[in-house]
Amino acid sequence: MIKRLFTLTFLSAVLVFGLFRVASASEITVDLADPVVQITAGFSGTDLLLFGVAPGEGDIVIVVRGPIHDQIVRKKDQVLGVWVNRDEITLENVPAFYAMASNRALDEFLPGGIANIHQIGLENLQFQPKDKSEVAGGWDHFRHALLRNKQRQGLYTWDPLTLIFKGNRLFRTKVRFPANVSVGTFGIETYLIRKGELVDTHTTLLNVRKFGVEASVYDFAHRQSFAYGILAIVIACFAGWAANAAFRKA
Amino acid sequence: MQIYLPIAEMSVNIFLLLGLGGGVGMLSGIFGVGGGFLMTPLLFFMGIPPAVAVATEANQIVASSVSGVLAHWRRGNVDIKMGGVLLFGGVLGSTFGVWLFSVLRELGYIDLVIKLSYVVFLTIIGSLMLIESVKSMRATKHAVKSKAHRHTWMHGLPFKMRFRKSRLYISALLPLAIGFFVGLLAAIMGVGGGFVMVPAMIYLLGMPTSVVIGTSLLQIIFVTANVTLLQAINNQTVDVVLAMLLMIGGVIGAQVGTRIGGLLNGEQLRGLLALIVLGVCAKLSFDLVVTPEDIYSLGTRGGH
Repeated sequence: MIKRLFTLTFLSAVLVFGLFRVASASEITVDLADPVVQITAGFSGTDLLLFGVAPGEGDIVIVVRGPIHDQIVRKKDQVLGVWVNRDEITLENVPAFYAMASNRALDEFLPGGIANIHQIGLENLQFQPKDKSEVAGGWDHFRHALLRNKQRQGLYTWDPLTLIFKGNRLFRTKVRFPANVSVGTFGIETYLIRKGELVDTHTTLLNVRKFGVEASVYDFAHRQSFAYGILAIVIACFAGWAANAAFRKA
Repeated sequence: MQIYLPIAEMSVNIFLLLGLGGGVGMLSGIFGVGGGFLMTPLLFFMGIPPAVAVATEANQIVASSVSGVLAHWRRGNVDIKMGGVLLFGGVLGSTFGVWLFSVLRELGYIDLVIKLSYVVFLTIIGSLMLIESVKSMRATKHAVKSKAHRHTWMHGLPFKMRFRKSRLYISALLPLAIGFFVGLLAAIMGVGGGFVMVPAMIYLLGMPTSVVIGTSLLQIIFVTANVTLLQAINNQTVDVVLAMLLMIGGVIGAQVGTRIGGLLNGEQLRGLLALIVLGVCAKLSFDLVVTPEDIYSLGTRGGH
């Protein structure tokens, strides 16, 4: 009996505590207009709407990070007048996609230390050369080249001030996913900064995947490349025969 | 209307692709050329990765060659034995070519090698065509006498074979070597190689002109099919969606072209085609030597 009473008390305590947490809204809440970005036949990039509620005063930074992979960066040199790829290095921990949005300029509210630890901002991305020996002459220019190329491709966007507060707590922003975005699981990190302190963080996941015929074709080509090759040939032979037959009659 | 190409991983305008296929198909219908050597560089200009353009174009050429060979087959203009020997060389050459392609891709040189090959070949073809068309526009018909059977060093080669349809008794090594070289071109450049093989068959082997086209088409079907398969397996660069759009445009364009070809002045058209070829070549060369917007680029390793 006592034991049961104890359990009951414990349960209600948990319940009350939980309710209290929700009521005080001490956490950032973020939601996506769509948790999946679908790459389909007509895909030419898309805007994803993100909205959330801040638990109190402060500034918000949102970072959207694509899957991490190794990236080769190549440098061209002129050989007999022709530009040829010469030096190359492989950088590790490179996000395929990186977008950032905040309600005002980062340097106005975000201490460098926090930005550095959480890799907020392109200059704080911590990728490293895979093989340090091949970059004896320094690799900083390769790093900058990577950032520059990714930005040109629209895969790294650096656009503060696109996060808008509606009223005191409610905020929303739009993230642009270009047509060449890669597939995988994306992390959406939200940081609440108040008076130079990191008050709260929230992470949610976003799935970018290919849908429909395109997805099947891509998977087929990569998983069963032999069968895919044969099918490509069969289609071509059939098309050639059909063309010949159709126009011979006509 | 945009369409997303699953292997090239980019979206392009569907009508632009159909128009491109139709335009190049029409030219090939008018002149009886394969068109791969024009289509592939045009795909580069559209921003399709060269590796995908080359492999996919090989796939499209399978279709246009099947369509072409059927017509020649019915007229009996195919030397199967000669085609078989050329084909054997072609399969060896294209297999070696795709292997070389993968190695060059790994090293980051593939785009450069493809483009340089195009510059070299387009310069040669374009200049030859231009000279020929200017010559024939000036001079009234100079009957070119076909040379009687001549003996050269080539007739001293071993492994002689009799090719009844072509009325030849020559070393099998010759068509084998031609086939190998053309197979290599097919793998690296995504062309059928008719523009190299046809002159080689006529001038080097001495085959009768009537069987040359049909026989070369037969060889091209199997070589480009081999390239398609090997590119699909090794590099996953064959985009069937792109290939199908090009096939549709190409097939219709070729039929229209064949009809137009009969109505127009051939020599002036040939001159025009030569200028187009040289123009494409000039653009390719310019892109190779002009200082790039960014001398750094992002690359992929192997497969994808």
